[in-house]
Formats: sequence, C-alpha cells, structure tokens
Amino acid sequence: MSDLRTPLARARGLGSARDGLHHWWAQRLTAIALIPLVVWFAISLVMLSGADYDIARAWIGSPLVMVLLILTISIGLHHGQLGIQVVIEDYVHGDGWKLALIVAVRFIAVIFGLAAIVAILRIGLGG
Amino acid sequence: MAEFALPANSKIGVGETYKAAAGTKNVKTFKVYRWTPDDGKKPSVDTYEVDMNSCGPMVLDALIKIKNEIDSSLTFRRSCREGVCGSCAMNIDGTNTLACTKFIDDVKGDIKIYPLPHMPVVRDLVPDLNVPYAQLASIEPWLKSKSQPPTRERLQSHEERAKLDGLWECILCFCCTTSCPSYWWAGERYLGPAVLLQAYRWMADSRDDAVGERLDALEDPFRLYRCHTP
Repeated sequence: MSDLRTPLARARGLGSARDGLHHWWAQRLTAIALIPLVVWFAISLVMLSGADYDIARAWIGSPLVMVLLILTISIGLHHGQLGIQVVIEDYVHGDGWKLALIVAVRFIAVIFGLAAIVAILRIGLGG
Repeated sequence: MAEFALPANSKIGVGETYKAAAGTKNVKTFKVYRWTPDDGKKPSVDTYEVDMNSCGPMVLDALIKIKNEIDSSLTFRRSCREGVCGSCAMNIDGTNTLACTKFIDDVKGDIKIYPLPHMPVVRDLVPDLNVPYAQLASIEPWLKSKSQPPTRERLQSHEERAKLDGLWECILCFCCTTSCPSYWWAGERYLGPAVLLQAYRWMADSRDDAVGERLDALEDPFRLYRCHTP
C-alpha cells in the first residue's frame, strides 16, 4: 500500500501512548531486587549440593526460604517477561505477531510462576 | 520483522572505475556508493582514483574534485564546508560523519563512502531525511510559554543558560540517529537520539513552561523507550 500521508502525519501517528514509564521502572526495580535474591539462591544451591531429598525438602519448607524462593521466582519471571516484551517490540513488527507473542510470554510467565508457588507452598505447608 | 539483510534491489554491485592519469604520483582511491532512480539498475560502488597533490585535505574536498573533474553525475549534499550545517553527513570508512570535517589522511587504505545507513536513498549519497525532519517538527522545537510576554528579552540566569550547553550545539546532521540500531528497526515510531536531544533541549530551557506537556508527548513505548542506552 502506498503511503501518501505527509511525513509529519507519519511522525505524529496515533500520538503518545502516555505509557512506558511504568514498564521502565518495573524492569529496573525487579533487576535491583534480583541481585541479592539470585546471589542468595546460588549460594544456597551450592550449599545444598550433595544433600539428600529430605534435607532439600526441609530446606524448601522452612518459612524464610519459602518467602525468598517465591520472591525469587515471581520477580525473576516478571523481570524476564518485561525484558522479552522489549525484545519482541524491537524486532517483531507485524502487529498481530507482536500482540500474540507478548500475550503468550505473559501467559507462560504466570503459569510457571503459579506452578512454582503452589509447589513451594505444598512442600512447606504439607499436602 | 527487523531487517538484517539488504532487500534484493538494494544489493550493491561493482561499478565503474575511473583511473588516475598515468604518471600520477600521489593517488588515493575512493569507493563511492552510486544509485540513481532513473535507470532501474541496482546500486553499485564506483572507484575513483584521485590525485592528492591537487586535492584539499578533507573527504569533501575529494568529493567536490571528483564531481568537478572526473564524474559530474556524482550527487551529494554539501554547503558550509566547515561542520556547522550538517549537509554532508554520510558514512565514511564505516562511520557516520561529516565529509567536510573528516581528514582524508585519517583513513588508511581506500576510502569507502556510503549514504547515511538505513534511510531511503534519493540518489547516490543523498538520503531521504523527511521522516527525521518531521519527527523534529513533532516535538515542537520552539519556546512555548503561557506567561505574559515581557516587554524585553526573556531573562535567564547564567546557571540556567549553562544547562543548554551541550544541547544547543546540535546541527541536526542525523549522523547519530542513523547509526542507532533502535532507529533502524523502528525509525517511523522511535524518535531517535537527535530528536530526543532536541526535546530535552526545550525541557531544559528555563524560559519554556511547557515541560509537562512535552514529557506527556514523549511518554510512549516507541517514541522514547526504544532507547536502550540507560
């Protein structure tokens, strides 16, 4: 389709979405939060190496570890989802594909997050 | 999708070679992108051998010498020849720069000259900059104030004026904008570094009282947040 709009009409487009700051902040806040959480998670995994099933299960079930694990997984998935959305917006230019991929990534993040939280609660609260 | 390869009709072939006269001692070779809408051919790179003993020191001097003495069909923009107008912005030796401020001696070997990247080409080294110019217009780069106009100049303290240093000097050559990958991928919607700098230039101006409106107009996932530098 030939585009006979003026360059200014193309540049102004649909106007400002008045959105984007929230996404920018969320990406950076989650990144900062993930620094201590991931360090803690990595150290914990190293210290658990060689531990048997019961020890690992007991570790997950302690209240502090439950809180930190749920935080790590939910914040990590949120951060990853925000980042992948930016990549999709950068490189996928068809509106249909772009929308479908962003929705799919969000659904996957929510499903994985809920599954992990349910598993942790089940171990910790006994089920 | 973002374009990672050249479209088929943009593939660059080998063009003409213009040899220097026999016996020329000090020769520099220029490889220049050529394309014209008139003949339906794909773009090519022409090779010009230029006698440096009768050429000025800048790349623009060589381009003008080529146009005057070797091939008058070579098309490029130039005006001030001293780095204040931004007309001769082009890609020289792989870097966007001004032909008039780029020393020929700074390039080792052959000098490759292409138009600014990822813009539509009008002809040879002339890119179509209508969209970036319109994007500049869209941020309304002029002083906006609802205050009662004073009967004299609008005053500014030295400190307030100093905030514009580093902003007012931009000559809008669009070397930075056309070297930005985000602008390549989303150029119609992302404003690009030059226009964002101009947007900030008016927000930083103490005489302007439309900062809020300007910020609102920028807040957009594409207009502003395609910038991934911070």
